[in-house]
Amino acid sequence: MVEAKINKTEPVALIKIEGLYKLFGNNPKKFMPLVHAGKSKDEILAETGHTLGLKDINLTINKGEIFVIMGLSGSGKSTLIRHFNRLIDPTEGVIEVEGTDVMKLPQKELELFRRHKMSMVFQRFGLLPHKSVVDNVAYGLAIQGVSKSERGAKAKEWLETVGLAGYEEQYPAQLSGGQQQRVGLARALCTDAEILLMDEAFSALDPLIRSEMQDQLIELQQKLHKTIIFITHDLDEALRIGDRIAILKDGEMVQQGEPEDILLNPANDYVEAFVRDVNRARALTVETVMKDPVNRITADTIGEALKQMKGFKGDYGYYVNEDGYQGVLTEEKLQAAYDDDNKAKLTSAHCEALDAISQDAVLETVIPDTLNSQYSLPVIDDQGEMTGQLSRSTLAEVLGNEEPRNR
Amino acid sequence: MADSSWLSEVPQLSRGELRDIRKFLDTEYRDFSREYGEIIEGFFDPLLSFLVWFEKLLLATPWWLVIAIIAGLAYLSSRSWKLSLGVVISFFMIGYFGMWDDTMRTMSIILVCTLMAIALGVPIGIAMARSDRVQSVVTPLLDIMQTMPAFVYLIPVVMLLGIGKIPGVIAVVIYAIPPVIRLTNLGIRLVDKDVLEAATAYGASSLQRLIGVQLPLAMPTIMAGINQTIMMALSMVVIASMIGVKGLGQPVLKSITNQYFTLGLLNGLAIVALAIIFDRVSQAYAKRSQRYLEGMDNG
Ligand SMILES: Nc1ncnc2c1ncn2[C@@H]1O[C@H](COP(=O)(O)OP(=O)(O)O)[C@@H](O)[C@H]1O
Ligand SMILES: [Mg+2]
Repeated sequence: MVEAKINKTEPVALIKIEGLYKLFGNNPKKFMPLVHAGKSKDEILAETGHTLGLKDINLTINKGEIFVIMGLSGSGKSTLIRHFNRLIDPTEGVIEVEGTDVMKLPQKELELFRRHKMSMVFQRFGLLPHKSVVDNVAYGLAIQGVSKSERGAKAKEWLETVGLAGYEEQYPAQLSGGQQQRVGLARALCTDAEILLMDEAFSALDPLIRSEMQDQLIELQQKLHKTIIFITHDLDEALRIGDRIAILKDGEMVQQGEPEDILLNPANDYVEAFVRDVNRARALTVETVMKDPVNRITADTIGEALKQMKGFKGDYGYYVNEDGYQGVLTEEKLQAAYDDDNKAKLTSAHCEALDAISQDAVLETVIPDTLNSQYSLPVIDDQGEMTGQLSRSTLAEVLGNEEPRNR
Repeated sequence: MADSSWLSEVPQLSRGELRDIRKFLDTEYRDFSREYGEIIEGFFDPLLSFLVWFEKLLLATPWWLVIAIIAGLAYLSSRSWKLSLGVVISFFMIGYFGMWDDTMRTMSIILVCTLMAIALGVPIGIAMARSDRVQSVVTPLLDIMQTMPAFVYLIPVVMLLGIGKIPGVIAVVIYAIPPVIRLTNLGIRLVDKDVLEAATAYGASSLQRLIGVQLPLAMPTIMAGINQTIMMALSMVVIASMIGVKGLGQPVLKSITNQYFTLGLLNGLAIVALAIIFDRVSQAYAKRSQRYLEGMDNG
């Protein structure tokens, strides 16, 4: 259950969207002033019969990340994702992919761009019903003009990767929904496009199959390092696979950020309503909620240690030396040792054993330890360095306002 | 203004005026056909030679070979022994009752008409599907073609080209082409938008979309149109025989004027037999080419 974090090297912007507006209707340009004047979607629809699809969207998507776009049905997610490969033309705004202004591409080059740069997975699969599974997977390559034998071989490989070896000659209608979407995924991967657009790709699947597919996507992403734009209306899904999340409401972007930001600091009631139903114990890691490691004791002698302990609240501290976290020290014990010998060196022999928890652990897994311990639990990173501490009260606070279940 | 007879009687052109209009149009058209008739006939010459050649070919082929070929084609397209056996029996009976030559003539003209209707109708249907404007122009034309009595458009065709095979073919094609056009248009417009969008998203050009997605997915509907077209072409056989198209229609015409019931019935039955064979074979073929639709409902 440990979330895979991609190496946080310097992010490279791959897709840039600036000031994007989309007004659906017969004469959108004419009514754009109303949009700029700040009229709401409903007002514009009532006055002009035009539907405001997107309003002033600005975002940057980095190379190699999974960027999730989330929102309720009708909030403009599909409209937004279709702008990336220009299945929909914007009314206003700039769409740049690797520095290329997609809006300026003439038809032929747009087709080349779609063939090589991006591939797409659809909510209702969008498979070609009259082609066999292997031909469906090879479709993108066929459009590119790759020879039949070459694309067939490649398609077979990808079918194997998604776990559908042996289904090559079936037709889509003969497969289950989950299998069909695997074909859709294989088709998208088969072109080796760098960017993967997924419009509610898993929404039509049963919960169990869906979570299998999510796992598969995460696993594939660890190998392939694609840039994935993933649309969903399900926050759990967004938190599970997203490196960053953007939330849309009525065509407007209401919040953008890392999953923890969204969960812990919802920007408004709309986001909060989303967040309320999330199982935080499963969605958050220790790192995101732990407090600074203030009860750290780094002294050489017992006397110094006692002095450090007086400096902070509580009658205990965590002994940390150059080898990292060692154990917990209580004031009582230290005092006794000090009374024995006030010059004595501090060693790990003075510590009580207390297991530290990993900062990457999901909250759910540390609940029992945290509740059973009389002390706050020390939090360590991969190297054993102490990076924070987690108290019962912090845990209760974070998990407690998840749902008003105590009332 | 005291005269209110227009309330009780339909306002009407005077006889003289009507006659002048008719005269004017008729002379104009007659002059036009005198002037351009030859050129237009010349334009259709290759078609005429093809028609003649094809008819001769069918007539010159030994009867058993024709039956074998048709039964073979029926089997290839339907994989049904029953249908092929039906073909053999029907054609044998047709020959046995002395209608072989007429049947071959009718078959040749129907085949040519159907091919022409497909060759013209499918592209027109595609154009309609791609443009609402084309659709709004063509649809009323098709309505006219389907409701205008065939005799009415026979007149100008005969005036222009005289009596014979070519005007017959033109009349039959005009009568029989609307279903292919309509159903090609409909079939393409009904193609699943999601599938088409997927093709676009993978960079398919509009030709690639047409050939790789729209036409194959519209094929069941287009085939239904072709089937309808064949049936309508067959039903025109008798009318076409009035302008000199030889075949099963002429004996029927003769039996009407002379009250030969049995002759009429036999030739009528031969037309029906052809219709049923064409229908079953083309439907079986359409069904077999859509095998991927099987199991569509367990998705
Ligand atoms: N082609 C269109 N014409 C008019 N309105 C549209 C069109 N496509 C989408 N819309 C409208 O834009 C809004 C956003 O739709 P969509 O992007 O499909 O939402 P989502 O994918 O988030 O459910 C909706 O109000 C929808 O009715
Ligand atoms: Mg959608």
